[in-house]
Amino acid sequence: MTTNIKINGTVHTVDADGDTPLLWVLRDVLGMTGTKFGCGAGLCGACTVHLDGQAVRACQTPIDSVGESSITTIEAIGETPQGKALQQSWIDLDVPQCGYCQSGQIMSAAALLAATPKPTDADIDAAMSGNVCRCGTYQRIRAAIHRATA
Amino acid sequence: MFDRSLRLNRRNFLAAGGGLVVALSLPSSPRRAAAQASPGFAPNAFIRIDRQGIATMVMPMAEMGQGIHTAHAMLLAEELDVGLDQVRLELSPASDALYGNPLFGPQSTGGSTSIRAFWMPLRQAGAVARTLLLEAAAQKWGVDPKTCRAESGSVFETSGSRHLAYGQLVDAAGTLPAPAPESVALKDRKDFKIIGKPHRRLDTPGKVNGTTVFGIDTKIPGMKIAAIAISPVFGGKPKSVDEKAALAVRGVHQVVLTDQAVAVVADHMGAAKKGLDAAAIQWDEGPNATVNSADIIRQLKEASKTPGAVARSEGDVEKALAGATRRLEAVYQLPFLAHATMEPMNCTVHVKKDACDVWVGTQVPTMAQTTAAQLTGLPVEAVTIHNHLIGGGFGRRLEVDGIEHAVKVAQQVDGPVKVIWSREEDIQHDMYRPYYYDRLSAGLDASGKLVAWTHRVSGSSVTARYFPAGMQNGVDPDGVEGADQPPYAFPAIHVEFKRVEPPAVPTAWWRGVGATHNIFVVESFIDELAAAAKADPVEFRKALLSHNPRALGVLTLATQKAGWGAPMPQRQGRGVSVQFAFGTYMATVAEVEVGTDGTVKVHRLVCAVDCGLQVNPDTIAAQMEGGCIFGLTAASHGAITLKDGRVEQGNFDTYLPMRMDEVPVVETHFVNSAEAPGGMGEAGTAAVFPALTNAIFAATGKRIRTLPVDTKLLKSI
Repeated sequence: MTTNIKINGTVHTVDADGDTPLLWVLRDVLGMTGTKFGCGAGLCGACTVHLDGQAVRACQTPIDSVGESSITTIEAIGETPQGKALQQSWIDLDVPQCGYCQSGQIMSAAALLAATPKPTDADIDAAMSGNVCRCGTYQRIRAAIHRATA
Repeated sequence: MFDRSLRLNRRNFLAAGGGLVVALSLPSSPRRAAAQASPGFAPNAFIRIDRQGIATMVMPMAEMGQGIHTAHAMLLAEELDVGLDQVRLELSPASDALYGNPLFGPQSTGGSTSIRAFWMPLRQAGAVARTLLLEAAAQKWGVDPKTCRAESGSVFETSGSRHLAYGQLVDAAGTLPAPAPESVALKDRKDFKIIGKPHRRLDTPGKVNGTTVFGIDTKIPGMKIAAIAISPVFGGKPKSVDEKAALAVRGVHQVVLTDQAVAVVADHMGAAKKGLDAAAIQWDEGPNATVNSADIIRQLKEASKTPGAVARSEGDVEKALAGATRRLEAVYQLPFLAHATMEPMNCTVHVKKDACDVWVGTQVPTMAQTTAAQLTGLPVEAVTIHNHLIGGGFGRRLEVDGIEHAVKVAQQVDGPVKVIWSREEDIQHDMYRPYYYDRLSAGLDASGKLVAWTHRVSGSSVTARYFPAGMQNGVDPDGVEGADQPPYAFPAIHVEFKRVEPPAVPTAWWRGVGATHNIFVVESFIDELAAAAKADPVEFRKALLSHNPRALGVLTLATQKAGWGAPMPQRQGRGVSVQFAFGTYMATVAEVEVGTDGTVKVHRLVCAVDCGLQVNPDTIAAQMEGGCIFGLTAASHGAITLKDGRVEQGNFDTYLPMRMDEVPVVETHFVNSAEAPGGMGEAGTAAVFPALTNAIFAATGKRIRTLPVDTKLLKSI
């Protein structure tokens, strides 16, 4: 059985079980490794992608649930105004340390800014608390989100 | 050690093979191909310059978030006189001879040593290259090299108008004999253009657009993906698997059994995990199936009642305690901790008849190489370690158990295979920060002055397993780090280490190592003594630090910045800690609020740092921020417990990380210093534990002696 999935504007035909998490299709089948595996349980946000602009966890998204929706990943988020601004502010403030969680952080932040162009700290807490950073870059993430909206 | 490595010639360096290019700032150029055909100029193992003038810097240490690649590039670029926009970075291949850590010997990134160890060797490496380029230019012009100067990748004739770019000098410079590293003149600190100035990290761009390749992102043609299940009971082995059911899963190719694990090899991790579930593995649990945390703690408690090996004994402790007006005793306990790096354990291996390739992110490339060689029976030279940027180390990737598992799987697989651990495997088969059980006593005289101090550490010795030669008459120097040489002037001090190995549980280095354990214990007990003496915690410490100006300096700065002494509302408090660890002085003030339900909210952490001369100040601040949060997470939530020989925690719902809505702001303030640079990767982690618990005491009067903080004890109702 094959599934067609639209990712970053391109339709890919994938030969995998329908219940396969999108995460592994992205990473192992399509070779798009910018989206990270962190927990496999929707607990850390490292695999965050956009499904029609909404932040979702790719490890909890079976490919047969995607349907006609558009998936956007870190590889293409820089083509959106929010993604571009966030990537620049991440660089300006030297947010990443190990960097492993940062794809997911930026994807969550981009979805936040698309819905809430001027988020408060409480908005940031609500939108970003699903994303774990073991290096502890949270205060720079917060500052970089604010900077991206300035 | 480092002298030898720096003297190795270009031929040896090139024979060692190239590393993986991790950061490119290359101008594209049609002449690039021609330039690559020339070996260019490689005066030592750390620098190559091609005819385009691009300086390739080979990074001896692993980048796992601490910013070391940028800092090391700054050291090289400063003395080489190139801009950071003119460099590209490569990861070093496995080689103790070329890239050994001068403080350890082997090639190993840990112990907050990377700046301390390479501060001089890398500057010397840059200066050697600059000296030769100046010499080459001077010879071309027929002038004295003293009349030439280097700047931004070119040599200028100081009094004239001539100049030559480094790229134009590489062929000539490559023929000149390299001077001894210690013979070349290093820049005076006042002339630094790069060192000490904040620079953006060179590895950031790839980390914000998904292009950075971590070990787990390895892609090799023909590669399969394997999910692995290791015996849930430590030391157990697979008894039976339903291979047929696993193979029936679409995309699954093979089921592999090793001595400790089962792996299912598939086209992708989705299929591999499904296959692993279908395999319905039965385990032979072995002798550890009855091990529980309570038994381990009981064993430690019993063992701690009798003397250990003496780490330090000065003054007549017995007499001083006997004569003390007031005597305090306390027991402190710290739990097993997992590392829980964001990048789960993984390793890609291709075992061939006469060679083995390993793609991994490791803090110990040569240990990884030796391990793969031993398992495969191949000579070390036949094993190539392809190292990567690391998605979180914290000490976890100082171990090669993950590489062992992957090689054992790959030996049974035709072609390359990437072995990926689930998060549950990662947490349940970590190698853990030891559980420590510490007994302390101290005496105060009638005026409240400390007269004697004893501290007996009981716990596993990581050193005895990892580096047996490091044991000192039964004392694990790591086990007493921060305990045997506190910053305070104690009139009498007696410190012991009692090695107690828990059954089954493997123990290992964890960010902050000995200091993370002992600074908590020492700074907590000092706080207890201050309270017993009815003294202000800062004043009590200052009275014991009059001999130690740098410790006093950070304590004064942190308390000033934190507004120490200003009144706080009910159930809020400030706690302080002071430390000297990893060559760095630090003081931290935590401000907390404890709810009536016992929940602890940390509002603010104020850190004062004297780490000597700074290389990249913003990275130091970042390490303070991250190090503090890493420690605060453990102090607040971290505990690995065992039941029936199994780790009870499995994912981020049971081994809790701090999240955005929970973390305080971390402020970093510097004491300017011209001392030699200290280590920064772990200092903040060690400092934060006692600052937190001392603040909880200030807020509630409850002394936390067992970690993590049990909020049930802090309820006011």
